[in-house]
Amino acid sequence: MSLPLQDLCRVAPEIVLCAFAMLVMLLAPIVPRARHGILSTISVLGAGIALAATRFPAMYPGAAYSGLFRADAFSLFVHWIVCGAAFLVILGSTSYLQREDLDAGEFCALILLATAGMGIMAGAQELLTAFIGLEMSSIASYILASYKRDAPRSNEAGMKYFLLGSFATAFFLYGIALFFGASGSTRLDMMTPLANDSARTLLKMGLGFIFVGLAFKVAAAPFHLWAPDVYEGAPAPVTALLSTGPKAATFALALRILADVGAASPLWFWALWVAAVLSMFAGNLAALVQTSLKRMLAYSSVAHAGYILVALATAAATDHAEAGIAAALFYLVGYALVQLGAFLIVAQLGGPGERHVEIEDFAGVARRQPAMAACLSLFLLSLLGLPVTVGFLGKFYVFNAALESNLIWLAILLGLNSVIAAYYYLRVIVAMYMLREPEQEIAAEPVPWTLSLVLWIASMGTVYIGLFPARVIGFAAKAALNMR
Amino acid sequence: MMPAEYFLAHIWMIPLFPLAGAALMLLIGRRLPNRAVSAVCVGSVFLSMCFAFGAIWQLIARPAADRLVSFNLFDWVPAGAMHTNAGNLMDLHVPWGVLMDPLTAVMLLVVTGVGFLIHVYSIGYMGHEGGYYRFFGYMNLFMFSMLTLVLANNLLLLFVGWEGVGLCSYLLIGFYFLRKSASDAGKKAFIVNRIGDAGFLLGLFLMLGTLGTIQFTELGPAITAGHFEFGNGTLTAIALLLFVGATGKSAQLPLYVWLPDAMEGPTPVSALIHAATMVTAGVYMIARTNAVFSMAPRALEVVAVVGCVTSLFAATMGLVQNDIKRVLAYSTVSQLGYMFLACGVGAYTAGVFHLMAHAFFKALLFLGSGSVIHSLSGEQDMRKMGALWTKVPTTARTFVVASIAIAGIPPLAGFFSKDAILGHAFEHSPVLWLLGFITAGMTAFYMFRLVNMTFFGKSRVDHEVEHHIHESPSAMTVPLTILAALSVVGGWVGWPESLGGSDRFAQFLAPVMAQHGEETAAAASSINSMEYLLMALSVAIAAGGIWLAYRLYIQRPEMPEKIAASSGFLYRLLYRKYYMDEIYDAMFVNRTKDLALTLGAFDRNVIDGLGVDGSGWLTRFTSRVSMWWDSWIVDGLVNLAARVVWILSYPVRMLQTGRVSRYALFMLIGVLIFLGYYLRSSGFTLQNLLH
Repeated sequence: MSLPLQDLCRVAPEIVLCAFAMLVMLLAPIVPRARHGILSTISVLGAGIALAATRFPAMYPGAAYSGLFRADAFSLFVHWIVCGAAFLVILGSTSYLQREDLDAGEFCALILLATAGMGIMAGAQELLTAFIGLEMSSIASYILASYKRDAPRSNEAGMKYFLLGSFATAFFLYGIALFFGASGSTRLDMMTPLANDSARTLLKMGLGFIFVGLAFKVAAAPFHLWAPDVYEGAPAPVTALLSTGPKAATFALALRILADVGAASPLWFWALWVAAVLSMFAGNLAALVQTSLKRMLAYSSVAHAGYILVALATAAATDHAEAGIAAALFYLVGYALVQLGAFLIVAQLGGPGERHVEIEDFAGVARRQPAMAACLSLFLLSLLGLPVTVGFLGKFYVFNAALESNLIWLAILLGLNSVIAAYYYLRVIVAMYMLREPEQEIAAEPVPWTLSLVLWIASMGTVYIGLFPARVIGFAAKAALNMR
Repeated sequence: MMPAEYFLAHIWMIPLFPLAGAALMLLIGRRLPNRAVSAVCVGSVFLSMCFAFGAIWQLIARPAADRLVSFNLFDWVPAGAMHTNAGNLMDLHVPWGVLMDPLTAVMLLVVTGVGFLIHVYSIGYMGHEGGYYRFFGYMNLFMFSMLTLVLANNLLLLFVGWEGVGLCSYLLIGFYFLRKSASDAGKKAFIVNRIGDAGFLLGLFLMLGTLGTIQFTELGPAITAGHFEFGNGTLTAIALLLFVGATGKSAQLPLYVWLPDAMEGPTPVSALIHAATMVTAGVYMIARTNAVFSMAPRALEVVAVVGCVTSLFAATMGLVQNDIKRVLAYSTVSQLGYMFLACGVGAYTAGVFHLMAHAFFKALLFLGSGSVIHSLSGEQDMRKMGALWTKVPTTARTFVVASIAIAGIPPLAGFFSKDAILGHAFEHSPVLWLLGFITAGMTAFYMFRLVNMTFFGKSRVDHEVEHHIHESPSAMTVPLTILAALSVVGGWVGWPESLGGSDRFAQFLAPVMAQHGEETAAAASSINSMEYLLMALSVAIAAGGIWLAYRLYIQRPEMPEKIAASSGFLYRLLYRKYYMDEIYDAMFVNRTKDLALTLGAFDRNVIDGLGVDGSGWLTRFTSRVSMWWDSWIVDGLVNLAARVVWILSYPVRMLQTGRVSRYALFMLIGVLIFLGYYLRSSGFTLQNLLH
């Protein structure tokens, strides 16, 4: 029997996030437009406090609200990722909002609400709770994607995301219904023994639909088609958020289902395998021919979803589930840091209206803005998986986990894809450092200190974890063990 | 009040001072005045030295059986689950850990002590050069890497230091990067070392897979626990692969070629990196992993022979060089060969002893030559020197002391260390001894040839240079004097029992080598007349070499020319370094280039030629067939290719139309495929559905 107070502690980060979201919403009409910077500051503070508030669930681990929610090392780890991502995105987008003359209040509040939803997904132990979390984050994301109301591309992105997202949500919801029908409960940890064959079939279909819903959210092939259009159309800081936080939370939910529902592992294994391979190839091959950096990064994010799916497939191969889960968590940390940094740099260097996001626009950036070029190169090298960066170790752990579970082919395809990916990442670096600047001058805007701080954190993290991964992988392993 | 054993508990801090110095220099050094640069960088090495000496002192204060401190600072590479070759599953964690034992102590003494003196010397030597901060930044980075290498408690961390010193070596050889020869030499060093490092890495992996550990202190127990028989094939392979790494770093045959060229770097670099410390890393690594080597007699055989042959081979080339630094470079290769000879006959202690003694006198020789070059405004050719004895008195006197030491005249350092090696070599095989013995004679000869050509005889210095000759500033001469003192007394710690000493050095190192060190025990017990005879012989041949040099270069200065002329082929062979560079160029470098060119030609001729030109040729040749050929096959192929691409890209284009309804349709198809698979796999058919 747990006290309500302890239950509150277990969802403390979500409470903080929601409270700050509402505070910002309420303040937005009062604060004059010119001083909207203060709203960003409050929101950054909110995300920071939420990050600090993860101390409470850490103090009182266990199930909350009759088992709907669970605070353990795993959910804690994912909370760090999503709250950290929100913190960095809000901080890094303050100058963007001013430059594009966008309303800061709603923007920040929506990010905070979306993050609360992601936190709920990370801790959900019951499918309907997970669904609420998923919808909280999704609906906020739809609005954020179309946040530039006067830009057709942004509107288009939001509309597409919304329509297709609803489609996927329908599958997810239907999957929950079938799951309930089969097992008599929506609790993941309270599966009753299946009555008969038809119940088993129901469960299979239910899990299948749930898989589709989740695969859509992480933009895994063949459900990835929305991602390039949405990522390209949405404002770049929003893309930074979309490609990190929700992905981490959705992968967390998938891992939770894998760990708790015994039937999911054998069922999902091949689906994960196929989705992993398809995502890697679809993402990398399409990224090869892109001319827009933003779109290229979108495809690359599909490919990275494929790499993480390799880790999930490893976790589903039962033998070394812990290694697979730990590898996925570690990968998510490194990926979030780098992807955030890269999209925020695109937001900055794209200039007003994000007009300069073609790869050829990045020619000569090294001369115009050496620090930005160095940071972006570091992030791209990490995405590529070069040693000294966190990306290398992330790939290494996934690779090693796959090998140790005898998924030789997945490991080989992962290696092959890393090689393919080298081409398009390096192309950008070549453009920045070796190509002549374009004819028409692109003005070098001064980098605001908030963005510098975010990039500093991201690049230091990339190198630090790349050199000394022990803390992070140690905690990821602990989180993985904690789930079983 | 410091807690007991403060320094031993803080040995991990030793590398951090130079690291901080390097970081400061490379980040903001450009804006600092030279005085601040020298204060920071020399100061950081001084702090390292203080901590190192403190730690050595506290280690010696412990009882002999307890002289081992090893602890892990943090878990560095948690690599996760891994299968060993024996099939055991292990959880691999490589820590960032430090190890302090007598062997480390000796290396720390050499690296920090000699390193500090060379840093002080550099203040004077580099004072007028551009890139002062860059020089000291790299030097500090080198100190950090070298100390990491020496203090590592596992092979992977040692490898980090190993690569770090390689990088710094490259950067410093190419310090004058505007000079093409310097940047070429840097590249050569880097590439040749890569070959060795590949061997090192393979050896490391094989060791990890075989023994399941790369912690130095666990090697011996792991070998015992694994029940490996003496001469086990896998252990031999590990030892040989590690030795490949050592031949690269320590410039042994066949990978020695980079070291003579490395003299393009500033002279303090040659003294620190290419004489006293980095190049001895190979010897240190073998001594460190002696548990493995001692179980692999065949590998030791190889080490001994390679070391011995290198030592002789390099000495012969040193006989005829005219560049003062090149003579010393070949001498270094030769002396390193001695150290490997010692390791190869199982006398690791003697090898490390020679390493230490060599660090003292070879650093002194390089610094002395630097002082000479400095006073002659950059002249390095010994044919344009002579009669400098009175003009640069301190340099000349210390230089002669070092030359006597390296020649092996008692009671200077070189005598004891070289004699220990030759003694052990004789026990092992008289042939190895004989080769080493001849080398000793050559060493004495070429060193005194250098001394005589530089400091005595008639002056051959250019006129305009003549006026500027001056003794170097005290920042340079004081380190010279200290090193000279060390070259004299440094060998006394290893005064052998046969001469009334107690060979404390061997006793000090014995615990590190104890597990398989029957050689040292045997050596200690065999005091016999043979040993005296060997000593007498080596002193005699050293004296003979010195006398010959005196005779040829002071008394009859016209003789060398005549001898060179009369034995033209041999002289040219030696002078051109056995044409080794040319042979390597012909065998490897140019073959690699050929391969690249061949691939290029293949591209042009076969791919383009057969595909495009070839078809054109066919077209011309058979006009009638060509019509048909052109329109059906060539065009057909082109069209086919275009068609294939078009078809292949069709799904992509069809997918990414930007239309939401299309996207939704494809999602639906994906869903159906996935669900279809599930239902099939559960034996679900349409019939079931209907019932």
